[in-house]
Amino acid sequence: MLQDYLNIAVKAIFVENMALTFFLGMCSFLAVSKRVSTAIGLGLAVVFVLTVTVPLNHAINDYLLRPGALGWAHASLTGQDLSFLRFLTFIGTIAATVQIVEMALDRFFPTLHAALGVFLPLIAVNCAILGASLLMVERGLTLPEAAVFGFGSGVGWLLAIAALAGIRERLRYHHIPAGLRGLGITFLLTGLMAIGFLAFGGIQL
Amino acid sequence: MATETRRVLMDPLIHNNPIALQVLGICSALAVTTGMQTSVVMSAAVVAVIALSNLSVSLLRNMIPTNIRIIVQLTIIASLVIVTDQILKAYVYEISKQLSVFVGLIITNCIIMGRAEAFAMQNPPLKSLIDGIGNGMGYAAILLVVGAAREVFGAGTFWGIPVLPLASEGGWFTPNGLMSLSPGAFFVIGFLIWILRTFRPEQNEAE
Repeated sequence: MLQDYLNIAVKAIFVENMALTFFLGMCSFLAVSKRVSTAIGLGLAVVFVLTVTVPLNHAINDYLLRPGALGWAHASLTGQDLSFLRFLTFIGTIAATVQIVEMALDRFFPTLHAALGVFLPLIAVNCAILGASLLMVERGLTLPEAAVFGFGSGVGWLLAIAALAGIRERLRYHHIPAGLRGLGITFLLTGLMAIGFLAFGGIQL
Repeated sequence: MATETRRVLMDPLIHNNPIALQVLGICSALAVTTGMQTSVVMSAAVVAVIALSNLSVSLLRNMIPTNIRIIVQLTIIASLVIVTDQILKAYVYEISKQLSVFVGLIITNCIIMGRAEAFAMQNPPLKSLIDGIGNGMGYAAILLVVGAAREVFGAGTFWGIPVLPLASEGGWFTPNGLMSLSPGAFFVIGFLIWILRTFRPEQNEAE
């Protein structure tokens, strides 16, 4: 049992890394990876929001959206299928969660808010967040599995962006061809990192 | 006026390409480009969504309260993506299966939000529509080039038709499997940006 969960986590962190295998959250991945400290800040915010929203969206999908999900409310609703509303509901949940998390952090953990605050609004439109929820539905995970998957995906993303930022900080001391500076070299670096992560392929606990 | 329209339409293609210069909408550009067919379908979907979302946001721009504009834009875009997703499932089911979650992820494609926020909120509907089509085409251009490169070198085919005779079938070409995997996508886009900036040095980043 525990092994299953561990397996999902390891798979989400290393084997099917959000950023390097599924290309999710690439915009912020490339834009906010210039310094290690900010990269880690954004990464932590992603872990946090993913751990909250993936199980939440799982519950919403399970009790409201999937075919026959409304059966618990009234027997006549068993035939309803609202799954076409999935995109709209998921993005709504994510935007709302981000907003609530930001307010809660501001009120109860001001230091954490000061560190993560600027990144939180960015995260509402980060495709890693929506992508994880959609992948969760596509794979038919259970609620605890979804929670582990959300957390693992977040950690994997944090790992990738922190590593890339570390490399980019060193890059400043190197001579790079003019046309490759900035975006170009970052793509090539990410590609090399993705090759590294290919080595984890097929790992099963 | 005509030159203005032309500028709005053509600028995003090379001069101010959303992917290569503005770094927007990268996720799907990398994920769906393993073959030509998925690239074309994805490009068409994105062009449609970005043009219509720009048009709708621009029509509503004077009615949207400033502090809730993001959520309004997201709702408009999400509704358009739902329609697109249903159409794709109805007409090109196989390809929509291959695109999997990436159709849904058009919602969070930053090109669309970016154009709604930066252009459609300030400009009249027709101009916004043209800007949407232009940016969609800029995105499509990169997608098609990357898709073509990855399919030809990764599988030796173009649009599913063999173009390079494979070594396994008596030809001379050994497919480069890396191109079909994720690192290939990063390399192709990286080199594409390098080529683009070699010919347009004004796009180089100072670092």
